[in-house]
Amino acid sequence: MSTNEDRVALPPVNAQRTNLTCHFCIVGCGYHVYKWDADAEGGRAPHQNALGLDFRKQLPPLATTMTPAMTNVITGRDGRRYNIMIVPDKGCSVNQGLSSTRGGRLATVMYTDDGVGKERLRNPRVYAGDSWFDTSWDDALALYCGVAKKILDSDGPPGLVFDCFDHGGAGGGFENTWGTGKLMFTALKTPMVRIHNRPAYNSECHATREMGIGELNNSYEDAELADVIMAIGTNSYETQTNYFLAHWVPNLQGGTVDKKKKWFPGETASRGRIIFVDPRRTPTIAVAEQVAGKDNVLHLDIEPGTDIALFNALFTHVIDQGWHDKDFIAQYTRDFDVAVKANSLSLDEASRITGVPAAKIRQAAEWAYAPKPSGHRTRTMHAYEKGIIWGNDNYLIQSALVDVVLATRNVGRRGTGVVRMGGHQEGYTRPPYPGDTKIYIDQEIIQGRGLMYTAWGANPFQTTLNAEQHRGAILRRAGIVREAIAKTRGAPNAERVEAIYDAVKNKGGLFVASINLYPTALAQAAHVLLPSAHPGETNLTSMNGERRCRLSEKFMDPPGVAMADCLIAARIANTLKDMYAAEGKADMAGRFGGFDWKTEEDAFDDGFRVAGTPGAPPIDSQGGNTGYLATYARLRAAGNNGVQLPIKEYKDGKLIGTEMLYTDGKFSTADGKAIFKPSPWPGLPQMVADQKAKHRFWVNNGRVNEVWQTGYHDMYNAFVRNRWPMAFIELNPDDARSLDVSSGDVVELFNDYGSTYAMAYLEPSIKKGQTFMQFGYWNGIAGDVVTPWTDRNIVPYYKGTWASIRRIGTVPDFKDMVSFKERRWA
Amino acid sequence: MGNLVSRREFLKLTGGAAAGAAALPTNAEAASEADAGSTVLPYKAKVVGKAASLGVDQVVNFTFPDASSPCALLKMGRPVPAGVGPGQDIVAYSTLCTHMGCPVSYDSAERVFRCPCHFSIFDAEKSGEMVCGQATENLPRIVLRYNAHDDSVTAVSIVGLLYGRQSNIL
Repeated sequence: MSTNEDRVALPPVNAQRTNLTCHFCIVGCGYHVYKWDADAEGGRAPHQNALGLDFRKQLPPLATTMTPAMTNVITGRDGRRYNIMIVPDKGCSVNQGLSSTRGGRLATVMYTDDGVGKERLRNPRVYAGDSWFDTSWDDALALYCGVAKKILDSDGPPGLVFDCFDHGGAGGGFENTWGTGKLMFTALKTPMVRIHNRPAYNSECHATREMGIGELNNSYEDAELADVIMAIGTNSYETQTNYFLAHWVPNLQGGTVDKKKKWFPGETASRGRIIFVDPRRTPTIAVAEQVAGKDNVLHLDIEPGTDIALFNALFTHVIDQGWHDKDFIAQYTRDFDVAVKANSLSLDEASRITGVPAAKIRQAAEWAYAPKPSGHRTRTMHAYEKGIIWGNDNYLIQSALVDVVLATRNVGRRGTGVVRMGGHQEGYTRPPYPGDTKIYIDQEIIQGRGLMYTAWGANPFQTTLNAEQHRGAILRRAGIVREAIAKTRGAPNAERVEAIYDAVKNKGGLFVASINLYPTALAQAAHVLLPSAHPGETNLTSMNGERRCRLSEKFMDPPGVAMADCLIAARIANTLKDMYAAEGKADMAGRFGGFDWKTEEDAFDDGFRVAGTPGAPPIDSQGGNTGYLATYARLRAAGNNGVQLPIKEYKDGKLIGTEMLYTDGKFSTADGKAIFKPSPWPGLPQMVADQKAKHRFWVNNGRVNEVWQTGYHDMYNAFVRNRWPMAFIELNPDDARSLDVSSGDVVELFNDYGSTYAMAYLEPSIKKGQTFMQFGYWNGIAGDVVTPWTDRNIVPYYKGTWASIRRIGTVPDFKDMVSFKERRWA
Repeated sequence: MGNLVSRREFLKLTGGAAAGAAALPTNAEAASEADAGSTVLPYKAKVVGKAASLGVDQVVNFTFPDASSPCALLKMGRPVPAGVGPGQDIVAYSTLCTHMGCPVSYDSAERVFRCPCHFSIFDAEKSGEMVCGQATENLPRIVLRYNAHDDSVTAVSIVGLLYGRQSNIL
């Protein structure tokens, strides 16, 4: 076999073609999957291959995106081998034929027994003695459900703790949030649930929702129409790549001026400008300067955690200048005066707090909020992500931001919007959470509460805050159970269940299960692993950052006996139902009814399509009350463009969606009026300030372009692993010199909460005393030094911690293999 | 809207060279098939320069394996992975970005290749590793052979698929 990867097989014209929405960020780019017999190839002439391209000669630039990473050879459960090619869909309005470095590897990560996915779980596994063993679903669930039932019967639902995804894309989707939600909330009825990336069952957007504004309220097209984009704590080139490239960049290049003139006759229309709010000069800022020109880019490089002061000053300045929309405020909002009073902050005071010159803040206000030369109100889109979501503090920053937006009516008008940029896709449909308070689950675990812990499509070992303490507690408590299990040699499951229960009830143990694609870091602690599936192996619906819902179609089987999460939930529920029925407990058996699903479509029809229909139980669904209009068949017909939720109607064979929310000035509150919220500048939380006082470096952290989430696929992919063999930390070169550190060295970060290692990457634009570390990685865990501080809704301040750094040494392999060149476009 | 650089801009950017290159006759019909059992495509070795004539950071343009595949020969002035020549510092790459085929240009200050279309950056000193960007492959590396007798540098094969091709040999 050639290892040079210097040729690929083309799909023949009769290759099967299905749709797949990329699941490696929120944007959800449309891709086509071609699948055909491995013993056939399409020809090079355009009429001989399914791409319709002439490969007999060199293709010109921008004609295609087709690389070896977009191909693979899979084997079906029938033993037959197939070629696959997954290439971007030029007809998809989201990406318009573009592929990102993550989506371009969709084919690479599909399961093959010798490829990136070779470590996938093919079968359930149980931990016995001192090793993992493959086993059957029946055996694994006899143990899992046996322990769950014992706890439920003896201690009630709060003994059962879950850490579960709540989103779309891989490890999510409307089918799977429904399946898991119905199991946890309706059947088990446990409130002891946290979400994959935060330590409680809560929203990341409490403030904006309470103010009446859902966080995904515009379309990607609005970024083409905006006069100004204000990008707050979002590094879009790396984390919402093709939204940035296909919709922001054309505006910044002046390519959408004609469109603006057409949409908004009589208004001044010019090349878009962009304001970044970010302590760090991100790669996105460098690209924006390249495409828009430096004069059209403003970077408000605030001191960490001072966003609230910035927005309060903008708010105050807008009102001082009379740029607020008085009629709109009077007619469509409440409590404006409350915010005016509470948020009052001068430019000079904000400058002192944020470190940004007052003149620069004033300039930002003039760009974003002063009337246009034509006298019309400026259309400014506010886009935010983890800088706010994981900022100081989530609730107050969102309040301060949305106050400015409401005052200037930058919502509900085309070319505006105040929106999350998002991480993964969305896809929430669940019964209501069975509790009325938010429980800080990580602290419950650390303090020894909870008896059984299921990590479902989640990896808190790499991603939670205060991660070292949390991981330590789970490992210690799970170890108690492992010891108990080791003593049950030869015992049937019923006896093993009793031994496990004794360990968790009387000895401080914790029974741990992980349901995931791979063993993941949770295998260090777990006792049961259950194999799940991802898009392409199961049909799955999600929505992206403009609420665009698509059906990702199944084109291959999951490995071994792995299955979709909703079907795993159903199998767990049905096992428990049978256990209760066998004991003659009809009432309990009844609680576990309603999981008679054969396919993921059954789960979709049971949740998403039932929400809001007459006689339906209460269901919280991002599909709203019109989800019933969607069917798999209709979504399949809608292809990679799908439909933007909520669906308005099904007409002439098409699903008609909603491009923008709140165009009528009616907001998501009881009386339809948007609400201003007070958000006085609070300073840094004491816990964080204490670390700042003791330790030299601010540890900013976040994602990097090439890696998706925890690296669950990428850690097995040489292209990514060779680039990022360890979590990197960007250091100021002068700081690095003082630490005797050069690029490629390994350093230790440590503070009062934990320590971790990272690979040094010197970066001139990083300010002295600041760093940026890759988050959530498998080799170097930023969360280990993040404090346990959260806001009132138990939303963490992941971005806010300080640590000391010391040089560990040199790994020659890193120095030889990894490029440490400037990542910002220059 | 997805194509950030229009064809017109692209031609401006390349001085029309790429259009000319793309229009050149190819050896598609002439290419011989790989021998059964061979693991390497039938690249035809091509002398691309003399080591002594190369200046550090001075790009020498050549084409390989045929006239429509532009490449760059570079002397780095210090040993680099896969470097050949007396200083183990001579390398060569395809200059079509693996993402969507825009021509990359060499930045001698950073010693990287830059793609103007979607801002991918490739490290000339690390086998074409993507530094940042949207490609899924590093820059294709032209495998070189150095002959000490006559100081010649010869292109012999390629690691990685050239943009816009089903096979590196047309």
